[in-house]
Amino acid sequence: MNVILTAVIVLGAVGLIAAVVLFFVSKKFAVKEDPRIALVNEVLPGANCGGCGFPGCGGMASACVKAADQGSLEGLNCPVGGAVVMGKVASILGMEATASDPKVAVVRCNGSCENRPRIAEYDGLKTCRAVHACGAGETGCCNGCLGCGDCVAACKFDAIHINPTTGIPEVDEEKCVACGACVKACPRAIIELRLKGKNNRRVWVGCVNQDKGPAAMKACKVSCIACGKCVKECKFDAISLTGNVSYIDDEKCKACRACMKVCPRECIYDANFPKSIKEVMAAEAERKAAAEAKAKAAAEAKAQAESAPAPKVSPTQPKEKEE
Amino acid sequence: MANKLIVSLSPHAHGTDSVEKNMYGVIIALLPALIVSFIYFGLGSAIVCCTSVLACVFFEWAITKFILKRERNTVCDGSAILTGLLLGFNLPSNLPIWIIIIGALVAIGIGKMTFGGLGCNPFNPALVGRAFLLVSFPVQMTTWPVAGQQGIGGYLDAQTGATPLAIMKEAIKSGDASVLDKLPDSLSLALGNPGQLGAGSLGEVCALALIIGGIYMIVRKIITWHIPVSILLTVFVFSGLMHLANPIYASPVDVLLSGGLMLGAIFMATDYVTSPMTKKGQLIYGVAIGVLTVAIRYFGAYPEGMSFAILIMNAFTPLINNYCKPKRYGEVVK
Amino acid sequence: MRTFRIGGVHPEENKLSAEVATVAAELPKQAVFPLSQHIGAPAKPVVERGQVVKVGTLLAEAGGFVSAPIYSSVSGKVAKIDTVVDATGYRKPAIYINVEGDEWEESIDRSDKLETLADHPELTPEEIINRVKVAGVTGMGGAGFPTFIKLTPPPTAKATCVIINAVECEPYITSDYRLMMEHADEIIVGIDLLMKAVKVNEGYIGIECNKPKAIELFQQKLANRPEIKVVPLQKRYPQGGEKQLVDAVISRQVPAPPAIPVNVGAVVQNVGTAFAVYEAVMKHKPLFERYVTVTGKKIARPGNFLVRMGTPMIQLIDACGGMPEGDNKLLAGGPMMGKALTSVEVPVCKGTNSVTVLSGDDAKRKEPQPCIRCAKCVSACPMGLEPYLLAKLSDKSEWDRLEKEMITSCIECGSCQFTCPAHRPLLDNIRIGKTTVMGIIRARSAKK
Repeated sequence: MNVILTAVIVLGAVGLIAAVVLFFVSKKFAVKEDPRIALVNEVLPGANCGGCGFPGCGGMASACVKAADQGSLEGLNCPVGGAVVMGKVASILGMEATASDPKVAVVRCNGSCENRPRIAEYDGLKTCRAVHACGAGETGCCNGCLGCGDCVAACKFDAIHINPTTGIPEVDEEKCVACGACVKACPRAIIELRLKGKNNRRVWVGCVNQDKGPAAMKACKVSCIACGKCVKECKFDAISLTGNVSYIDDEKCKACRACMKVCPRECIYDANFPKSIKEVMAAEAERKAAAEAKAKAAAEAKAQAESAPAPKVSPTQPKEKEE
Repeated sequence: MANKLIVSLSPHAHGTDSVEKNMYGVIIALLPALIVSFIYFGLGSAIVCCTSVLACVFFEWAITKFILKRERNTVCDGSAILTGLLLGFNLPSNLPIWIIIIGALVAIGIGKMTFGGLGCNPFNPALVGRAFLLVSFPVQMTTWPVAGQQGIGGYLDAQTGATPLAIMKEAIKSGDASVLDKLPDSLSLALGNPGQLGAGSLGEVCALALIIGGIYMIVRKIITWHIPVSILLTVFVFSGLMHLANPIYASPVDVLLSGGLMLGAIFMATDYVTSPMTKKGQLIYGVAIGVLTVAIRYFGAYPEGMSFAILIMNAFTPLINNYCKPKRYGEVVK
Repeated sequence: MRTFRIGGVHPEENKLSAEVATVAAELPKQAVFPLSQHIGAPAKPVVERGQVVKVGTLLAEAGGFVSAPIYSSVSGKVAKIDTVVDATGYRKPAIYINVEGDEWEESIDRSDKLETLADHPELTPEEIINRVKVAGVTGMGGAGFPTFIKLTPPPTAKATCVIINAVECEPYITSDYRLMMEHADEIIVGIDLLMKAVKVNEGYIGIECNKPKAIELFQQKLANRPEIKVVPLQKRYPQGGEKQLVDAVISRQVPAPPAIPVNVGAVVQNVGTAFAVYEAVMKHKPLFERYVTVTGKKIARPGNFLVRMGTPMIQLIDACGGMPEGDNKLLAGGPMMGKALTSVEVPVCKGTNSVTVLSGDDAKRKEPQPCIRCAKCVSACPMGLEPYLLAKLSDKSEWDRLEKEMITSCIECGSCQFTCPAHRPLLDNIRIGKTTVMGIIRARSAKK
């Protein structure tokens, strides 16, 4: 009996003392955190991908609260959650959400085995960074994709994979959250985050080769040679030429695909258009031929009858439709 | 240009060393001891060694192929053969075949492949197998046939006897130094004299054969001297002090030459995967194994402490690696 | 015999061309001069397309403090200023010159007469350094650091001796050895000039003992010059590394970066640099030609050449019997630290000491196996690092820990990978880690 009593008293006393100590310690060393940070953190996706530029969702949450205290959430964006999550964050913080257009990762190289002849054989650690440190890689292109899949390894969303036939990575639009991990992983800055565009339709230059024309032409069949035709063709001033390679500004591009028609190297690519540019061009050519034939017939008729003016067909008509 | 140029980062030259060379080198170093064990234990030794090696190789092959489903099978690198040999060396020569196979399964399956195969195991696989057998089948594992008394045919019906270590333990327990007189003299411990020698596991009967193997490995630069020498020196000093303090503890020379100490110090503790990476770390590791071995022999329940001492220090290896850094260039005082 | 104290390996020597006397290589039809042949800023071109140049005409001036001018090695017309794939494997700006005749600038003294320092008391240290700078002399051992910077140590350090690197520990290469055998007197005057330039009275020549003739020759010539000592060294790679050489010759170790050898009093110069300094100062000849070894087990006639810079490598290989059949590895430099090239048209530059062709099995790496933790890389590392750990941490992107494990001390000598029995690509991984950590450190100091 006595033993039991002693045990109970001792244990009880230890418990009590420990509780008191814990109470005071937790008071003394309490970390004062804004309660809103926890709330914001809750609505964030929790993937800790770092796509927002902060170390994980916790960092993003505190940055949001800080920014809200300074009056604006501008420049903060969760690429994973998109506008929905940012809207929620804004409502928690009593702010207005700044709309940010959704983006997607785009691979700007199409130097497949077929397009880009292999001039050397790499023999070593199979990561892009190692090949990049070694030199131009297996091909004559100093800027193109190395195909070892550092971007694949970096993707936390299983959204980018090397196509085994081309050896070039392909982005799965459905899965891509535009966190930018692949962009950072690529030692040659081939992958870029671009606006998804209206109806997901977008146009981009699929080459980053900075060599001058002849060298670029030798290295790859679909390299940009900086001829500048697309720049002249663009009505919206969206295409610029820097470092021997043309670049389409995704903010300005209206996805008219006029540039694709003139590119002699076929290194401008599109996505999610109902018809491929070749089909469009073929159809256009057909219509043009038909129109010409018609015009010819009409002219002949005119010559004969000297009446009935020929109907005028604008070649830009289909482009305008695409907009 | 038809011929491609090959590119890679430097260095472009490579030494002639390879994993296989190292593994087969150790196996060659084990040959003298293996031959001696055939002479002393006859057919029993051959059966135990063959079973153990074959079982280890089979389990390694089967696990890589069917469970891990790796394309490349690592059987040829010789590490499974080595594990099998070392496991066999640690068993008595009259052990039933089924127990050996269980030991091989534990050694390769649990000791090595669960951690990812060669290079990933934290503990020496052969010792994991032996420790498992020792606690699971204590009777079979501790009845040793007497060396050289059963001719070529002796296997399961061999006579058994007390090992030198059991005699030492008895002397400590009884507190009577005269028990030690039953020990064979030092020279027969070293050479393995069949007439006088006590019993023991396969590979531990002839210290000289093991030392020859050790010297071969050091000359071939398969191992460095640091681990074996530090273990042996520590054991010698520690047991010598104990002997001086109280004569019920056997003389240090006998301690060095008896039991699995030589086998452990030269072949088991020097296992690449489970020993520290730096010279400093290896010395610490060796000294600790020496101290633990003598401590277990003298104060523990088991007469032999080598295998447990090595396993314990295997567990400390990552810690030693973390704290023992090599001498960096530029740290030397001008 | 002396050597460095930590690590090291001993690769097969393969000095195939050691006793082949040097010949002057043929002039190329077109010479190409990349604008960055040295460490530091690329040079700025000062010639225009169509301009006529002579041998020794300035083509490009130094592009910054750490930079060096580039001179023409041929006479002819500037064809274009374009890009060329250089030893890095990337396209870099370069000047192309179509060769016509062989007309030299008149300021260059082309006589063989040996000019000694005693004949020219007017040469002050400043004048020597200035002539070296103007002549565009850079380290001839491979790295290509502008020499005049090494000769002007920072005010915090004081030089006490000049160490001449005549180790040539890389397998295959023999160009320094041939230079020593053929131009010993000029090299000694070059050492005198270097010692005068850094104002010291102590000089050492470190030579590995696999070159007994060179050791004997220099001991003979320096018999009555006690201030310059010939130091025979054991055969051990990477003894030609600056830090290892300092340790081997004067038993001092250079502290971790950013310290440089002069912090322990040593100014280390390659033997080729000493010769270039002699020519620059005494003969007014800028750096535009150098000794190059062309070698390889399958090369029909390995040899040594006095090559005008800008000559494409394929021309030298053809002079030795052409490229062997099959897939080859073409290296600028030796097999331990040389760069593998993607093109046979890469021009010879200031730092090209050898053109090495590895064929057959030598050209390919062996299949990597799992690490067996044998610790041979740890014993081999001349910097006292743990290559297995650095490679693993780099693979796992643990940059902070890599910095603590002193990855930045790595000299990329390749001893770890050479010795690895599992043929693991240790240095590939370590390089990635090193560049990343250096980037992080730079970014951090830029923030401050």
